[in-house]
Amino acid sequence: MASTSNSSKSPLLMTYLQVTPLTVVLVFFFLIPVALVVAVSFFRYQMLVGLVPDFTFKNYYDLLSNPTTWTLYLSTLKFTLIVLAITFVLGFWIAYFLVFHVRNLLVAIGLFLVCTVPFWTSNIIRMISWRPVLGKEGLINSALLKIGAIDQPIEWLLYSDFSVVVAYVHLFTLFMIVPIFNSMARIDKSLLEAAVDAGATRWGVVWNVVLPLSKTGIALGALFVVTLVMGDFFVVTVMSGGLSGSVTSGIFNDLQFLNYPRAAANAVILLIIVLLIAAAIFRLVDVRKELVR
Amino acid sequence: MSASPSYGSRPWTFYVLATLFALFVIFLYGPMIGVLILSFQGPSASLVFPLREPSVMWFDELFNPRRTGDVVGAFYRSLPLAAFVMVLTVLISVTAGFAFRRRFKGATAIFYTAIASLIVPGLVLSIGILVTFRYLGLTANWYTSGLGAHLSWALPFGLLIMFAVLGRLNPSYEEAAYDLGATKWKTVKEVVVPIVFPGMIAVALFGFTLSYDEFPRSWLTIGSKNSLPLEIWTMTTNVTSPALYALGTVTTVVSFIVIAIALSSIFLIQRKRS
Repeated sequence: MASTSNSSKSPLLMTYLQVTPLTVVLVFFFLIPVALVVAVSFFRYQMLVGLVPDFTFKNYYDLLSNPTTWTLYLSTLKFTLIVLAITFVLGFWIAYFLVFHVRNLLVAIGLFLVCTVPFWTSNIIRMISWRPVLGKEGLINSALLKIGAIDQPIEWLLYSDFSVVVAYVHLFTLFMIVPIFNSMARIDKSLLEAAVDAGATRWGVVWNVVLPLSKTGIALGALFVVTLVMGDFFVVTVMSGGLSGSVTSGIFNDLQFLNYPRAAANAVILLIIVLLIAAAIFRLVDVRKELVR
Repeated sequence: MSASPSYGSRPWTFYVLATLFALFVIFLYGPMIGVLILSFQGPSASLVFPLREPSVMWFDELFNPRRTGDVVGAFYRSLPLAAFVMVLTVLISVTAGFAFRRRFKGATAIFYTAIASLIVPGLVLSIGILVTFRYLGLTANWYTSGLGAHLSWALPFGLLIMFAVLGRLNPSYEEAAYDLGATKWKTVKEVVVPIVFPGMIAVALFGFTLSYDEFPRSWLTIGSKNSLPLEIWTMTTNVTSPALYALGTVTTVVSFIVIAIALSSIFLIQRKRS
């Protein structure tokens, strides 16, 4: 491909030099740490002493035989699926609106930026900002009380699974919008016209043309949303008021008791699941090819 | 009636989706604006609406702390850290991006390692980096372990953006410049930089904000003194006064300034070029 005069002038050595800083960071701050997490998951935990090097499966056995672990995994799975479904529907239609309904390109870019700006602000602050909205004396409850729709504040708006899902959707929908928008923006508009000329209905165009051609964006968005929800501990802890948990919040609790080996074992299980999901998604689409295209 | 919405009168789906979009924007910004307003709450210290006797007392509380912890110190750590991460992210992902334009052994492995670094749960990596530092006999600090933890998160984003940007830089442009007699330096200056520069600003924006707001990866790696997100986290559990909202307002304003600088400079460059 790139056997240009450019590449023949600068040898392969140059390429390796260019990629060295990235590789060094990835080795020292990703590969080695993850390898050590795997190692520590086989260590023994001793009160007051902490980490004792060993090779035991006890941490894994303790985890898997503990019903709490299974509850946490189920709860994580539940949140992941709900949030994935909602963010996909929202992300797909918002991207569709921006790409195919907004006719002025500048307006489309402007609206796209409106969707993405919150990504560059603090997640914790955005999560907390739901408290005065959903709380017992919050905006929604006081508004409903005022118009007389209810005579008792609705309790389940905050510190419930509902508020956890609201916060997740609020934080992560843009991870769906951006990649789907990118995929859709590349679709040749004349394809849509051709489909219409061939007698397709509006729904048929969406289903048979737009959806398949947005596959890469959907896959990337799903990858982001799934890994973000599975890796989250602060939204589920704060927004459920401590009532719900996730795998990662379980890890977080073990860490607060300095039980590193058990936290590590749990982390390894979670990591394997996340990587399997990622591998499955990468099987569906060759993300790298799509990126350089 | 046309199912293709690119011309003709607007189909009914336009109005449905426009409503959905408007509701989404309200959903996205409404609560943030609420916090912004409530940070000016008066001495009633109420955490909910209505706003009574508006004042700036909670901002004062924040910067002259009696109970709220070390917010000023957290700013002095988080801002330089974000700046370091930004500079390093730009340098490293731009150079790596150019490397990936050629085929070399290990390219796929490095690419997928970067993707894995992006999707690994932040808390897991936080444990790993802490344990690594402990075994190396080093103390966790924001400018060592914290910096590395943030890079492991910002670099993959930077790399993905560079992939998208460099995909648009056709090697034949450079060849054309050579054929027309341009020196290597001149080619880089006149052909490569103008195409890549807006992308570099985008990478810088990601580098800065991803570091400035990062919580899970910072949790164990930042050392004994908190960065801003950790300070906010401590406040969410300890502080039940609008000082928390005031801090939210201040951090969000900083973010918005950074975003505004980045976006307007991209906009200016694009306009200058055309």
